[in-house]
Amino acid sequence: MIPLLLIHLIKIACVIGVMLGIVAYTVLAERKICAWMQDRIGPNRVGPFGLLQPVADGLKFIFKEDVLPHHVNKVYFTLAPMIAMIPALITIAVVPWGSQLVIPSVSHDPIPGVIANLNVGILFVFAISSLGVYGIVLAGWSSNSKYPFLGGIRSSAQMISYEVCLGLSVVPVFMQVGSLNLMKVVEYQAQHTWLGFTQPLSCFIFLVSAFAETNRLPFDLPEAEQELVGGYHTEYSSMKFAMFFLGEYAAMFMASALMATLFFGGWSLPFAPFNAPAQTLTVGLIHIGIFLAKVCGFLFFFIWVRWTIPRFRYDQLMTLGWKIFIPLTLLNILISGVVLAVITK
Amino acid sequence: MAEQTVKLTIDGKEVAAPKGMNLIEAAKLAGIEVPHYCYHPKLAVVGNCRMCLVDVGMPKMGLDKKPEIGPDSKPVIMFGPKLTIGCNTSVAEGMVVHTRSPKVIKAREGVMEFLLINHPLDCPICDQAGECRLQEFSVDYGKGQSRFVEEKVHKPKKTEIGPKIMLDDERCILCSRCVRFMRDVAGQDCLGFVNRGSYSTLTCYPGMEPNTNYDLNITDICPVGALTANDFRFKQRVWFLKETKSVCPNCATGCNTVLWSREGVVHRQTPRDNDAVNQCWMCDSGRLHYKFINDPHRITTPTVKSSAMGERLALTWPEATRQIAEKLMPLKGKGSTIAAIGTARATTEELFLFNKLMREILGAELVDCVPHVGEADKFLLDADRNPNTNGAKLTGVAGEPIGSRIPAIAEAIKSGKIKTLIVHGENVVKYGVTEELLAKLDLLVVIDTLPNKVTELAHYVLPGATFAEKRGTFINARNRLQRLNAAIPSPGIARPEWQTFAALLNELGGDGGYLTIEDVFADMARLLAPLAGLNLSKIGDLGVELKPATETKGEAKTESTAAAGAKT
Amino acid sequence: MTMQVERPKLTIWERTYLPQILHGLWLTLKHIPQRKFTRQYPEEKPPLHGAYRGAPTLVKDPEGRVKCVSCQLCEFVCPPKAIRITPRARPEDVPDANVEKEPEDFVIDMLRCIYCGYCEEVCPEEAIFLKQDFAIAGYTREELRFHKEKLLELGGVQPDSIWKWKFKGAPPLDAPGAPKREGAGRKG
Repeated sequence: MIPLLLIHLIKIACVIGVMLGIVAYTVLAERKICAWMQDRIGPNRVGPFGLLQPVADGLKFIFKEDVLPHHVNKVYFTLAPMIAMIPALITIAVVPWGSQLVIPSVSHDPIPGVIANLNVGILFVFAISSLGVYGIVLAGWSSNSKYPFLGGIRSSAQMISYEVCLGLSVVPVFMQVGSLNLMKVVEYQAQHTWLGFTQPLSCFIFLVSAFAETNRLPFDLPEAEQELVGGYHTEYSSMKFAMFFLGEYAAMFMASALMATLFFGGWSLPFAPFNAPAQTLTVGLIHIGIFLAKVCGFLFFFIWVRWTIPRFRYDQLMTLGWKIFIPLTLLNILISGVVLAVITK
Repeated sequence: MAEQTVKLTIDGKEVAAPKGMNLIEAAKLAGIEVPHYCYHPKLAVVGNCRMCLVDVGMPKMGLDKKPEIGPDSKPVIMFGPKLTIGCNTSVAEGMVVHTRSPKVIKAREGVMEFLLINHPLDCPICDQAGECRLQEFSVDYGKGQSRFVEEKVHKPKKTEIGPKIMLDDERCILCSRCVRFMRDVAGQDCLGFVNRGSYSTLTCYPGMEPNTNYDLNITDICPVGALTANDFRFKQRVWFLKETKSVCPNCATGCNTVLWSREGVVHRQTPRDNDAVNQCWMCDSGRLHYKFINDPHRITTPTVKSSAMGERLALTWPEATRQIAEKLMPLKGKGSTIAAIGTARATTEELFLFNKLMREILGAELVDCVPHVGEADKFLLDADRNPNTNGAKLTGVAGEPIGSRIPAIAEAIKSGKIKTLIVHGENVVKYGVTEELLAKLDLLVVIDTLPNKVTELAHYVLPGATFAEKRGTFINARNRLQRLNAAIPSPGIARPEWQTFAALLNELGGDGGYLTIEDVFADMARLLAPLAGLNLSKIGDLGVELKPATETKGEAKTESTAAAGAKT
Repeated sequence: MTMQVERPKLTIWERTYLPQILHGLWLTLKHIPQRKFTRQYPEEKPPLHGAYRGAPTLVKDPEGRVKCVSCQLCEFVCPPKAIRITPRARPEDVPDANVEKEPEDFVIDMLRCIYCGYCEEVCPEEAIFLKQDFAIAGYTREELRFHKEKLLELGGVQPDSIWKWKFKGAPPLDAPGAPKREGAGRKG
């Protein structure tokens, strides 16, 4: 028997490891997919099919000179990349990767497929991911330079606006499920139907807002290369820059995981034995696989959209957020409430 | 004069030409070119190239020995059945000449085609390419293609004609200009043709070869690349070379020359037409004496002797001028301890400033130039090997006779009276001012282009410029003022001497203000009567004869050169 | 003068921009399996046109002789002055001593060369050819001043029919590859 603490540590290590691995390869996938969409080949020089490219990129980041410009606020300048990256890694703690793993030789009880089975899981996610904006704002401010500053301002305005949409858009989901626990949300979908079908508007607004929250095209105004020379990370180099980069992709992973969990059934598939918590180790592992496959699908969607749609103008972004999405989400909550009231009666 | 002029018509142009002039020259008066190879204005006419064929007509004479008048009330012109060579036909009253009629054009094409039959396609190798009459005329008057399919006649390609000249017989078009030059001008009848027809070959008489001092002129007059100077062979293509009109500095004749330079290097020197001086010739010794210009040992920067061991320290011009002026300032006006030896190889402007500096500002009495005397020949080479003896006399630098004060200078140094010596461009050790004497001096300032014994001993050495690097004037043995032009820049920070003298004059409180060589000449023209009213542009490329006011000086020169004992 | 552009009226569905976005997504997706245009450059060289003007080189004739006689016309015509030739006389004891001149050194500064091809065009001996080398690189300036040996190495042997070197016994007129004797501009 292995102590519970050790099991938790192993789970954390596995989750973080897998997640960072996927993040690293998402960068490669992004470069490959964008190349294919532009009828190019993409990176293919490092390892077979360029598969070792992330390793080369990582090594390069490590060996690059870490420039600390003399005009920056050194404490915040150093702190900012950490703040940008860590929230994305923490939030994954409440997302269920699988149903449960039944390993009698290790533990009597089935091991849950989530690190922290919080009853207020989604609130935890929103609370922590909101911290991410501090990293960007701090980076923009502490760089003491025009472009990062503008990037930081844009970022704070954009993230605060879309956090509202994001939060409101998922309210009907929990109204329908009756719990804020993400495990419960998935189990509900496994038993009933995927919430993407019953709450399409929620799903759509959440998806679009996720793009804005992760600073991905068509909402990458904080870093807009053409206008802001990279925005908040203009002054960054070496591993500090890499942390921003990883943070962005980790946030993307997190958004994909939430999309899969909230609207597309998480680890479940709508048929047995994948529509109920696993009773054997094999099924438990397959559940994790299903979850990761869905996440990868959304990651592809993120990349696909980035290389298709041009950047919004800033006023368009704000109009979309405040004048369209927020009223729509409120309307959605109202309709969902009425419908649920009628049905449950 | 008027009665010796005849009127004729060339290509419809009325030309008044002196009686006895040939048609090529008469056409030249009308601005019409008649192509020719064998004809040369300074050589006897032979008429063997047939390139100058023109259509010549004379008025038809009636029975009354008067020109018949045609229906258009103009004289009737009778053209000959065949064309006539322009070089050997004199102008005549009423003559009508066509140089561009279809008949003439066809004849020239024929001549060109024959000349090119055996001429090798050597142009890429040939040094004459670019200044070759055969190339030029085949473009201007040739047919543009050949009908000749047989094997060309091959002749020797590398034959030495004397030590200075290489002959390529294949290229020779048998114009015989060289033969006539050697016979008539150089006075050594040594070249001739052997064999017949296509196998005719230029050769030296048995046991003879050109060995006069004028041989290289045949490489200039050769219209093709048959005769080339060993000195210039395969060195540079002529189209790279910049031509600068200059004057030969090697004797008092002052032959007019052209310096051919590329990127600061003089590659050859050729004579330039000036009927008043050298016609179109120059001697080989003068022509080949240009290599010192690009000598790798040239002095390039002012130096000061920094220790008794003879180490020298490089100076900038302002430093050098200031230091020398500081040393000279206390001596100003106390000329009795200063002597100066100038050079009659310097330009008149430099001599003028030298004289002003030494005599007027410093008050030196013992100032002179060094005579260089050689043997004169009967043609161009003058016994006086200084190109500007008359200039030295006119400005007052040279003694009477030139060099007569040099022994006095040596004596004064020996007795310790002279403590300061300024030498410009002469190795005075060879002329009586020995090394021991120079070592006694408190201050020895030398301005020169190449190192020698004197520059080794000098406290200050200032680099000068050669004749190819500066503007200025020479006055030749016949009192002709001629102009030099700068062909190349001086090496390092060397600069023309007049600038050095002008800077010293400024420092020593003379009324300097000479910014350009024109300023110097203007001042000189103001003070020296023979130059009154002249300036550098008025001199022109051919120079001007100075007014008789200097005739006396010219005579004095003849005596002085005879008296001067020193030899170069 | 300003011109009023009438904007098209959009339906509500069009005003959501979703049809255009979906169309764009479909367009980019379609390109993923399509043929790629990337050329794997160092391994895969681009196909060059026959008249491509690459680095100028010196060639030898089929009998291995340097064709250049250092007439310096290329040096003269070169617009950026990239060519510098040092001529010299050939020794007299060689069998083809009728060609009297050769380059002692022939330098082309590849940093100055603009690949205009004038040198090839002007060469009367057809001794200089612009070959297809285009990636000329080096670590120092001096390395990129190509001297005679390097240029000859790049040029190799040019299989053609220039008969300048033949002192006697030029080929019969009907020989394959013999030059046309009545070619324009060729005299004698």
